[in-house]
Amino acid sequence: MAGASSDLKLLGAGPSPYVNRVQIALNLKAVNYEFLEEKFGSKSELLLKSNPVHKKIPVLIHGDKPICESLIIVQYIDEVWASGPSILPSDPYDRALHRFWAAYIDDKFFTNVKELSTADGEEAKDAAVERIAEGMTLLEDALGKCGKGKPFFGGDNIGYLDIAFGSFLGWLRATEKLAGVTLFNEGKTPGLVAWADAFSSHEAVKDVIPEIDRLVELAKMFKARAQSQSAN
Amino acid sequence: MGEVKLHGFWASPFSHRVIWALKLKGVEYEYMEEDLSNKSQLLLQYNPAHKKIPVLVHRNKPVAESLVILEYIEETWPENPLLPLDACDRAMARFWINFGEQKGPVFFNLFRTTGEAQEKTGEEVAQILKTIEEKALGDNNFFGGNTLGLVDLSFGWLPHWFEVTEQVQGTKLLDPTTLPRLHAWAQNFKQVPVIRDNLPDPQKLSAHLKRLRGNLLKN
Repeated sequence: MAGASSDLKLLGAGPSPYVNRVQIALNLKAVNYEFLEEKFGSKSELLLKSNPVHKKIPVLIHGDKPICESLIIVQYIDEVWASGPSILPSDPYDRALHRFWAAYIDDKFFTNVKELSTADGEEAKDAAVERIAEGMTLLEDALGKCGKGKPFFGGDNIGYLDIAFGSFLGWLRATEKLAGVTLFNEGKTPGLVAWADAFSSHEAVKDVIPEIDRLVELAKMFKARAQSQSAN
Repeated sequence: MGEVKLHGFWASPFSHRVIWALKLKGVEYEYMEEDLSNKSQLLLQYNPAHKKIPVLVHRNKPVAESLVILEYIEETWPENPLLPLDACDRAMARFWINFGEQKGPVFFNLFRTTGEAQEKTGEEVAQILKTIEEKALGDNNFFGGNTLGLVDLSFGWLPHWFEVTEQVQGTKLLDPTTLPRLHAWAQNFKQVPVIRDNLPDPQKLSAHLKRLRGNLLKN
């Protein structure tokens, strides 16, 4: 049931971790698609038409049907290209664990990371790092429960939660550089340190996550933009 | 199929989503009422990340987050399906469930503000409700078609909870004249026997929400 290139379009932008999630999922299933890059600062007619409610990337357009929201798209890809490697585990309890932690990443964890990148002063920075460290401890434990001793949350191969969390690795590394902190601590979360390397070098991932230095430059640009906007 | 326990809170719409799903599937379960001002050791153990209800425990394994629990219930007890079979329709259902979650804080803002701030938020809420009526519900009796599903359960806080909340916070946004189809859906939803028989007492709920609002406005 593999779609032809013209049948599948992904509206996105290279540096977006949410877009990266979809790219990784499509790579895992070895599905061809056309990547339509949205220019930063403007939204194309196609995007506004395909996602009128949120007007956000990523949007996957399959035939004439748009699918929105990165994790919903990943589940869709898993269900439609069912003959490829599974993204979600088959057991309902394992699926629930993947979904729970993916929601935690999106709701709580990444908010804490954003707070670190915008933190003003040492005290605020330390507090943000503390919150992230608590999250990392929980995720280290989750890696054990989901992966059951294997390298990925999905076990031997990358799965839903690997994609949900791993898509942020570029930005996590960039934040570490910008804030001058270490978030992946070999002593405290050795499993996650090994996982991060294994994920980043995976076939389906290595050409997707942007170079850290590029993300550092982008982050500096966003920060400068935000500061000049709030100054006006 | 193994022992099922639900840790919940009588006033919580999130708790009720799970109750409705279990009852629609005919699943027997034991209910444990949590005192949110004095959470049980079990709850803290089952959900260390958020320390929140609801938590479903099946065969001694805990599942937290109401929407994650709903998908777990759907997959573990597939009879009487609550999600469509077609992948695209499922993506659509998940989209609207996610939309409701994303907009939750705006409704909460309405609850904890007064005067001009509340009026401004009210405009935003009116837009959200309009989107739900026009784009999510359309001309259907239920979200996604003619049978009750997970999207209806996820919006199940609009009938009853939001209606009581509107009385407490002094708004009238879910109105039959401005939102006829959504209002009709809300009344229809409350008549479904599983829903009708599993709703918190409105007077008790009103008193509880008045207290909550009072505390929020003080701070």
